[in-house]
Amino acid sequence: MRVNFTVNGRQQEADDVWEGESLLYVLRERMGLPGSKNACEQGECGSCTVRLDGVPVCSCLVAAGQAEGREVVTVEGLAGFAKQRAEHGGCASGACGSEGGTSLQAAQQWSAKGTDSQTGEGTELSPVQQAFIDAGAVQCGFCTPGLLVAADELLERNESPSDADIREALSGNLCRCTGYEKILDAVRLAAARQGEAV
Amino acid sequence: MAGTKTTTGAPTDVTQKHNQGGIGESTLRPDGTLKVTGEFAYSSDMWHEDMLWGQTLRSTVAHAEIVSIDTSEALAMAGVYAVLTYDDLPAEMKNYGLEIQDTPVLAHGKVRHHGEPVALVAADHPETARRAAAKIKIEYRELPVITDEASALAEDAVLVHEGRDDEYIEWVSHPNIVHNQPIIRGNAEEAAKKADFVVKGEYTFGMQDQAFLGPESGLAVPAEDGGVDLYVATQWLHSDLEQIAPVLGLPEEKVRMTLSGVGGAFGGREDISMQIHACLLALRTGKPVKIVYNRFESFFGHVHRHPAKLYYEHGATKDGKLTHMKCRIVLDGGAYASASPAVVGNASSLSAGPYVIDDVDIEAVALYTNNPPCGAMRGFGAVQACFAYEAQMDKLADEVGMDRVEFRQLNAMEQGTIMPTGQPVDSPAPVAEILRRVKARPLPPERQWEVADGDADVRELPGGLSNTTHGEGVVRGVGYAVGIKNVGFSEGFDDYSTAKVRMEVINGEPVATVHTAMAEVGQGGITVHAQIARTELGVQQVTIHPADTQVGSAGSTSASRQTYVTGGAVKNSCELVREKVLEIGRRKYGSYHPAWATAELLLEGGKVVTDGGEALADLAELLEGETVEIEAEWRHRPTVAFDKRTGQGNGHVQYSFAAHRAVVEVDTELGLVKVIELATAQDVGKALNPLSVVGQIQGGTTQGLGVAVMEEIVVDPKTAKVRNPSFTDYLIPTILDTPTIPVDVLELADPNAPYGLRGMGEAPTLSSTPAVLAAIRNATGLELNKTPVRPEHLTGT
Repeated sequence: MRVNFTVNGRQQEADDVWEGESLLYVLRERMGLPGSKNACEQGECGSCTVRLDGVPVCSCLVAAGQAEGREVVTVEGLAGFAKQRAEHGGCASGACGSEGGTSLQAAQQWSAKGTDSQTGEGTELSPVQQAFIDAGAVQCGFCTPGLLVAADELLERNESPSDADIREALSGNLCRCTGYEKILDAVRLAAARQGEAV
Repeated sequence: MAGTKTTTGAPTDVTQKHNQGGIGESTLRPDGTLKVTGEFAYSSDMWHEDMLWGQTLRSTVAHAEIVSIDTSEALAMAGVYAVLTYDDLPAEMKNYGLEIQDTPVLAHGKVRHHGEPVALVAADHPETARRAAAKIKIEYRELPVITDEASALAEDAVLVHEGRDDEYIEWVSHPNIVHNQPIIRGNAEEAAKKADFVVKGEYTFGMQDQAFLGPESGLAVPAEDGGVDLYVATQWLHSDLEQIAPVLGLPEEKVRMTLSGVGGAFGGREDISMQIHACLLALRTGKPVKIVYNRFESFFGHVHRHPAKLYYEHGATKDGKLTHMKCRIVLDGGAYASASPAVVGNASSLSAGPYVIDDVDIEAVALYTNNPPCGAMRGFGAVQACFAYEAQMDKLADEVGMDRVEFRQLNAMEQGTIMPTGQPVDSPAPVAEILRRVKARPLPPERQWEVADGDADVRELPGGLSNTTHGEGVVRGVGYAVGIKNVGFSEGFDDYSTAKVRMEVINGEPVATVHTAMAEVGQGGITVHAQIARTELGVQQVTIHPADTQVGSAGSTSASRQTYVTGGAVKNSCELVREKVLEIGRRKYGSYHPAWATAELLLEGGKVVTDGGEALADLAELLEGETVEIEAEWRHRPTVAFDKRTGQGNGHVQYSFAAHRAVVEVDTELGLVKVIELATAQDVGKALNPLSVVGQIQGGTTQGLGVAVMEEIVVDPKTAKVRNPSFTDYLIPTILDTPTIPVDVLELADPNAPYGLRGMGEAPTLSSTPAVLAAIRNATGLELNKTPVRPEHLTGT
């Protein structure tokens, strides 16, 4: 079947989609957007969290066909989405997001750049993305895309969440590396920076 | 960072003191931006034009003869390119293994555990591959299952492995024992007579899963030379290579491995998983093959932490001095050896904990059973022992009538203490001090769940959002524990690492490139390598080359060893590069300034400077037209094997210590536990990157918490089948289950180690579990000799 939907502000069309394919599979394998992660594929870990018409969902539990005509935001589009929100209070279709995906060649050629400024320089990040880097909330990073989408959504609806609020909002996202302390730090940091900016 | 404090102990020597972004700073991860934007390429993100998807068919029973395999229906399916079984293996070598080559690439005639790989499929869509695998017909004739010590060592026990000829067989009393390690020091029998109090205990440690979030995955690309390029997430590229090449029938140089993004490891990627299978399918079909396990398969795709039965006896005099310790630790190694021999070595040699006990009688064994294979997981044998000896310490302190922390401090080892193996502890061992620090920390306020109007915020209570209690039946408990872990590979293993460092001028700027085969699994090794290069070479820009097998081995990312050993190798290669750079400088400029010959020269801020701070040359100028590159191996001091009968020998490189204080609240009516705080103190020798150090400590602490109250792979004792291979049924801590983790970092230099550092990734996983158990016992008064503590253990229902 063919599925038409908007991904990170851009109209997309996926062909030859098998009815059983998940939104996660289509994003990763057909759209070249592997940022959403496939850690459990049963809706327990939250690593594949994306926004579907604004609502955070586990994209592994959404059949691709259910996304027909709807708007999806993935971690690849988070920076643009947050920028759009900051400027216009929402994400106009086709106006935010970027294309992502890593080719094998790009992966082979990847190397660390620069010094301290190597993390953040040259790439536009959303406040929550920058805070995750600054607070040390990223280790292996496999849970990070899902956590970022969930944390960004939390900060969208609650500008100064309490620790309990943060824990509740992120309780569907498993992380095995960090023990969550630095993730809490990152969300607190992003909230504080957001507060300063206003 | 709230609740985090760094304390500096003895100063450590640093060659280059003033380089920005060097060691000791919390520089940020070089892969951070890629990881937050979704661009970082994990092994499951690899993609290749024309690639096929591989699928593994695994046994549905634990122990059986394979009567027949019929692949015809699967092969006939549209979209299927290959179906492989044992008969298709191309080389004489058909087994692999970390220490004993006892693991078949594909089952041959027999399966020994639930989920053992039997056949492989390659197809053009993952679902096609799954459906084809389901069409393979296997007829099994089931055999009785061996699931514990009694069934393994019974007189008529079926042998899990017939005809063993490995190096351990001559030292074991039964072929269903992989390895045993006794340790005898002093005379425990005699010393026991001095004891005024004797405490015996029997403890059970459940099977833990590493539960790294990035499932096993990778891409094998067949090459024109008949070889294969493999992109994979692993902990040790060269160890994989040594196991992969022989079963493919290829020389090692034709199997080129590159590390792709690793989504956590924790020991679970030490063993081969999909590596060989993907290569076999790629070589057979001539097409790139990608294999990605789903979570269900991941539970079968890697080894777990050994479940254990631990039998302990400790004695103490009435003034609280330990007299003796006897213990027997029985580890269930499951169907294949994996890292069991080394786990046995650790469990036995660290079984006395960080205490002074001169008279010990110790034995640790690992069994072959038909349970899932067990091997490496963070803490590696020391975790199980710590759970048991710390429970013993509490019981014994209570018998003596002493404060539990003071009792530990009275018996705490220190620098100079002799281990049960006869090896002296020859660097700082601040066991009493880290206990003092966690105890001195103010306790979190009581009844934090209370909000206005006498209501409760259920998120702060046991049961959480399930809204099970508003404070009724909730009691608080506090518990302490401390542990000891060895650092690096022990028992005479040649535990070296290799680093290639290059220095050159690019666009007018001096740049260092660090190339190692170290597996970055999330721990931050690449961050530290760049810091070391900046410190040693005085450059700002450091490029970390992707890890591959085009450079010498870096050893395993395990045993808390990478910052020590590959960090040491990077430091060493940088020093050699620096010498070359200074030679060039002397040659070019030596005649212009006498300091080139007389002063101690450093590389700082892109310049050659004297130790008095005088700048002699710009590196950019000095290196114009020159490239300095050195690849060198580096070794820590050697160790020796433990004596097979007495366990004596200087088998360990270094030790690592952490202490925890757990504060829990227990809903005694429903048996639900909420950990309120897990405070910890740990000596790390030197924190090369304090932010990463704290992150490791908090992460390790949380994995210990998981074992204490929720994590266990449940294996049916009748069938040896895994009952909970999913994140629905195998629970790991969420952010709601995880408390505040205040961390106190000590830096007491180890003079034997690079920068004085102490490998630190595993120690926090040891004492976390027994501290939580102690706190729950303190809250409930129950004995609780098993992990994990489940509601029924607390309610007696």
